[in-house]
Amino acid sequence: MPSSNDWINNPLGVVEEMFVQSNSNPEWEAKVLEYFKGKLKEKQAYSWIPSLNDVPLHYLKPNSLVKFRCLVQDMFDPEFYMGVYETIDPSTKAKVLRFGKYKDVTECGVDLNSRNTVTAERQTFYCVPIPGETLWAKETYARSSQARVVPSTSYIPSRQKRSYEEDDEMDTQPQKQREPHTELHANGDSKRQETEAPSGQTTSPSNASSPLDLNFPLPGERGPACLVKVYEDLDSFKLNDMLEVYGILSVNPLLSVLCEEKDPSASLLDPTESMETPEEQRAHDPPASLVPRLHMLHARPLQHNNPLLPSDRAEDQHAFVSSFMVEMASVRAEFLAYLTHILLGDGLAAEYLLLHLISSVYARRDVLPLGKFTLNLSGCPPNSSFTESLHQVIQELVPCTYRLSMTLHNMNSLRLVPRKDYVANRLVSGALQLARNTSLVLDETRLEQGQLDASGVQNITALGNLISWQKVDYDFNYHQMEFPCNINVFVTSEGRSLLPSDCQVPLQPQVTPPNLEEYLSTVHKAQLTSQINKFRVYLSVAQTLDYSISDEVTKAVEDDFVDMRKDDPQSVSAEDLHRMLVVARLLSLSLGQTSLSREGWMRAKHIDMLRRTRSQPQTTVNGNEP
Amino acid sequence: MSSPTSTPGGRKRNRNDIPATPGSIGSTSPPSQRRRGQDSSNADLPAMPTSPATDIASPTVHDTSLFSSPRRSVLPSEVDMSSPLMYGTPSSRVEGTPRSGANETVLFREECTSTVFDLQTVASEPSVGQKLVIWGTDVNVGTCKEKFQRFLQRFIDPTSNEDENAGLDLNEPLYMQKLEEISVVGEPVLNVNCGHVQSFDADLYRQLICYPQEVIPTFDMAVNELFFERFPDSILEHQIQVRPYNALKTRNMRSLNPEDIDQMITISGMVIRTSQLIPEMQEAFFQCQVCAFSTRVEVDRGRIAEPAVCRHCNTTHSLALIHNRSAFSDKQMIKVQESPDDMPAGQTPHTTVVYAHNDLVDKVQPGDRINITGIYRAVPMRENPRQSNVKSVYKTHIDAIHFRKTDEKRLHGLDEEADQKLFTEERVKTLKELAAKPDVYERLSSALAPSIYEHEDIKKGILLQLFGGTRKDFSQTGRGNFRAEVNILLCGDPGTSKSQLLQYVFNLVPRGQYTSGKGSSAVGLTAYVMKDPETKQLVLQTGALVLSDNGICCIDEFDKMSESTRSVLHEVMEQQTLSIAKAGIICQLNARTSVLAAANPVESQWNPKKTTIENIQLPHTLLSRFDLIFLMLDPQDEAYDRRLAHHLVSLYYQSEEQIEEELLDMAVLKDYIAYARTYINPRLNEEASQALIEAYVDMRKIGSGRGMVSAYPRQLESLIRLAEAHAKVRFSDKVETIDVEEAKRLHREALKQSATDPRTGFVDISILTTGMSATARKRKEEVAQALKKMIQSKGKTPAMKYQQLFDDLRGQSEAAITKDMFEEALRALADEDYLTVTGKTVRLL
Repeated sequence: MPSSNDWINNPLGVVEEMFVQSNSNPEWEAKVLEYFKGKLKEKQAYSWIPSLNDVPLHYLKPNSLVKFRCLVQDMFDPEFYMGVYETIDPSTKAKVLRFGKYKDVTECGVDLNSRNTVTAERQTFYCVPIPGETLWAKETYARSSQARVVPSTSYIPSRQKRSYEEDDEMDTQPQKQREPHTELHANGDSKRQETEAPSGQTTSPSNASSPLDLNFPLPGERGPACLVKVYEDLDSFKLNDMLEVYGILSVNPLLSVLCEEKDPSASLLDPTESMETPEEQRAHDPPASLVPRLHMLHARPLQHNNPLLPSDRAEDQHAFVSSFMVEMASVRAEFLAYLTHILLGDGLAAEYLLLHLISSVYARRDVLPLGKFTLNLSGCPPNSSFTESLHQVIQELVPCTYRLSMTLHNMNSLRLVPRKDYVANRLVSGALQLARNTSLVLDETRLEQGQLDASGVQNITALGNLISWQKVDYDFNYHQMEFPCNINVFVTSEGRSLLPSDCQVPLQPQVTPPNLEEYLSTVHKAQLTSQINKFRVYLSVAQTLDYSISDEVTKAVEDDFVDMRKDDPQSVSAEDLHRMLVVARLLSLSLGQTSLSREGWMRAKHIDMLRRTRSQPQTTVNGNEP
Repeated sequence: MSSPTSTPGGRKRNRNDIPATPGSIGSTSPPSQRRRGQDSSNADLPAMPTSPATDIASPTVHDTSLFSSPRRSVLPSEVDMSSPLMYGTPSSRVEGTPRSGANETVLFREECTSTVFDLQTVASEPSVGQKLVIWGTDVNVGTCKEKFQRFLQRFIDPTSNEDENAGLDLNEPLYMQKLEEISVVGEPVLNVNCGHVQSFDADLYRQLICYPQEVIPTFDMAVNELFFERFPDSILEHQIQVRPYNALKTRNMRSLNPEDIDQMITISGMVIRTSQLIPEMQEAFFQCQVCAFSTRVEVDRGRIAEPAVCRHCNTTHSLALIHNRSAFSDKQMIKVQESPDDMPAGQTPHTTVVYAHNDLVDKVQPGDRINITGIYRAVPMRENPRQSNVKSVYKTHIDAIHFRKTDEKRLHGLDEEADQKLFTEERVKTLKELAAKPDVYERLSSALAPSIYEHEDIKKGILLQLFGGTRKDFSQTGRGNFRAEVNILLCGDPGTSKSQLLQYVFNLVPRGQYTSGKGSSAVGLTAYVMKDPETKQLVLQTGALVLSDNGICCIDEFDKMSESTRSVLHEVMEQQTLSIAKAGIICQLNARTSVLAAANPVESQWNPKKTTIENIQLPHTLLSRFDLIFLMLDPQDEAYDRRLAHHLVSLYYQSEEQIEEELLDMAVLKDYIAYARTYINPRLNEEASQALIEAYVDMRKIGSGRGMVSAYPRQLESLIRLAEAHAKVRFSDKVETIDVEEAKRLHREALKQSATDPRTGFVDISILTTGMSATARKRKEEVAQALKKMIQSKGKTPAMKYQQLFDDLRGQSEAAITKDMFEEALRALADEDYLTVTGKTVRLL
């Protein structure tokens, strides 16, 4: 059996051994999976494996086991490959059976006519780092990793390979069309890698300079994109799933050479080859040095992306949550105080912001998403960086967030909705392709008067759909396809937002600091990291708690509703009840209570009343009809 | 790509390449050929255990005659029978294919330029022995051919309802009639439904599916023999090609797997991209630069072996390729994407590459929904001469044999095929069981949008809308089609979940569109003409109404729609068509869509003191086109509030499992509706028609007592549609009295809500049909009469001051007279030609 660390450093060797032992019995595949699953179950095993997210690609050993925390951005068509094939040694004519699983390239001398060839199916997912992942989450993940990556051994060979690749390209393909482009890019890239590597940055050619668009959903993202080859349970994966993929890293330079080599005369005779547009080639077969291939051995779907919560095993998680529940109420009080400071002393707005941050779509009833709680904070000071500072605070609290500045220019020019590009045959990402529970901050204070063009209207409609139905209609040119999502939308605006929202709270500052930014940053800095960490855990835990309403409380709520309607039928509608039920739910969860109590309901009613009295005069002043 | 020629298209291309008339070829058939024919007919027939036992044991006279005259069969004169190409080496079969077994066998056939090559294969087989089969398969050509000929001659499908077979006698052999058609029309393509083959001979069908490359050419041969025997004098462009379609093997692109490689499959999908036409070289023409000696070289697996030495003058490397004397065939790459209905939620659609050859090129356009029958292929990535290892991935594509557009007929006539969803037998059984339940109507209506509380009648109305009435065609008598679609308008206070209901319906029906009146323009709803930037071609882009043909178009914020946008709805909602005259394109598109609209009252809150028209300010001409108009009002009643609260609270704590159950219901509901829409076409029975007549007369009577019209023929038509829809809900082919009862009840309920005159409290249909209640009209008339009387009493004054007249009238009348009323009265009198109003003066005429 392989020695202790072979399964990380040389997983293919392990597979090979099992394959040989199996004597072409197809069971070897199941055995391989079982073996790696078993290894990964061992305590701390997760942390020994280097992660593509925080180790630069050229530090990683090719064909070693790595992990990658990612979002499934696109799913390519399934492909057939040689699962098992036979090779013939040209000199001895000896036939050897080999396996093609977990590999991109075959060994020398494939016998295409062999009867032992087994064709198998696999699918490629285009995976990107989780969009909007905040710095603290990245750093915490990186710190928790115990993988020993020794640059001195793996760095040099990979560099050699890179330069070989460049030479090869230049020597053999002097009159290639794209040559100046690629060359420039390759040089620039390697240079950047060298300068960046010591600082611990992930290898990433920035989108601007590189001719290859890595198709990240959000602008300005960095990190490696990866082509993940999936072999089992193809149907269990969905677009936009957050995964932690464990797989065999393949950066075989042959891959790029194979696809780069274009023989013009051959393509004439070989029309199938020329069928694939260059765009498609580039999207589906990017150079392995930029977009490495990862052959999946195991994948762990991520329910949340919070590194502070134990993620390994269910029982650990359970114990952690139940121990944290004791503290919930006290952490909540501290957190509320902190948010109140941030929101210039407005306690009610802070309360609502807290509820918003722990909201999550927990179910859908036909078209209606339940549990979403879009908050519109109106009365934000215009033309200031208030929202930006607020977003910085949120960035410190949640694992994934993005601030969309709704300027007229952005609205007209940004691509929010992902769109299928049929020429390159891939899904071109948009800013609304986000992982679950990502916090999306829409800065409406930046919106000025002016003309929205067609795409601007579409973008606004898309945002409206996202808020109302928690779905994004991806544009497939000939039709649209609906993808449900779970994104916490927070809108800051001066008056009432033009976007729909579940709940609008006008900000009423109690303090008016002369310098807003300074004020906020001092409040922000006053918090200890340990405390911030507590808040982070608090938010994630509250989001995942279960919740129920007892029959008794149901009855009370019903009675209450009937009474309210009796008093003033105009002001209390079914929609109000919907909202109050969500508020009650979130309020209970924020206190760590998993069922609604009578007091909880009264509290929810109370704060909703406070909010309404606050927003009533404002709506009439603005004259903004719903 | 080592062997791009391994396509069945090659087969067709070959047939095309040699446009020699078959008759001339057939006249010189070599003796070996004849022998074969006799062989097979004599020896094969009795030894056919796998074929259906029916009438095969004793071949009819017809059969023998057929086989004894093979002279007519299409045969090559110029083919070298000992051609080594014939069988291809066994290795060529395997080369390049992922699986051992049946695969590239056809290579040889395609590379051979002669049409008749197929026959050779066959020819040599029986001479060796009966058990001989094509290498790698279990197909015996002789047997197979014979079986297929028998199929063609005997297959009868009396229940056929395919539109292709229109005009054919269903009790005669179907395909023989089609052959006759070919002889008349001269289009040498025979489409064969694989379902027919399967029902006739399951074994033959299996062979067709598993070894299409071998079996289809055999079929071709069989057909041609049969055809030229029947119609010896026919002259066709090329030989008849058999194009099988509707292979039941695979329906869904997603379920394609390595096992399907080299098998015949049928998948459905949408064309997303077509390539330019690609000329594919079949035969290269070389000419010696020294002596002008020319030679032809066939393309072998995508490569041409350039002759190194001229055979004539022995000069080396003197031969040059002459492009314009080489033979090429057409080829086109088509990308097909999985249709959205076939996909599991949360995944992206798959795409497949399809190659079309020769006359199938340019048959489809991007955006078409098609069913493709073809052979699934996988070829390894091209071997690199400089690299010894290859990418271990195969490229897959489908070589198309047959295209069938599924949405083609939407532009003309009925389209049962397009909506035809395949229901498994169990599914049909469960649906029928459900239909047999006495409370199916209530069950279904409560399954509709369970998250929306109550509004039972509205849900029932929408349910009937989903089913729709029966389509009646009176175009022969000049009345055109009768509308079968039910249109519904929901009006009511904001926040009464109208939008949610619309969203639900939009998600429920397969061909639904959702638009908002605020954001849509007339072109967005109808169609517009666009110039393709690349081809400069004018393209008709269809809008929501056309897209929801045979579906439901949900229009939210109907009242916010602009006047011009609304005007297009007039035509759509009654005639169910859409006329376009733009940029030189004049056409009428079908828009047989049901409209489900939602409108908010003008004053944001519904004013119960006003009529529907006054509340929503929509033209009555449009309103009268809605079969049912419902009000969704806040009832403000304690019992209701309590039930509502209970409903909402339970929504928030129901467990996941309960939600799962609901989802299941939605799937059942979807299938139920699809099934009823496709298969149930209820007709009125005697009693029901009587009941309808009575209902209509009753409705008319109500009004006549008070001197007003309370029903128009349009209402009768609505009643019929609703009754038919209700019969569909019960899966009943007859509209019975209970259906009429329910239609009446629902119609009355809707009227009660929307057409009650707030002044009198009576239901008054004229509110909806003329926009004004009868009492209001009466009052208007009274004012006019009073005014007339007053003017007459003044004696002979040809002109009067406007303002003075108004003041006089106000002084005279007991009731308050507003300026509007006064003006209306003036207008009424002007219409009578009694007076004219010019500026500030009123002149008598």
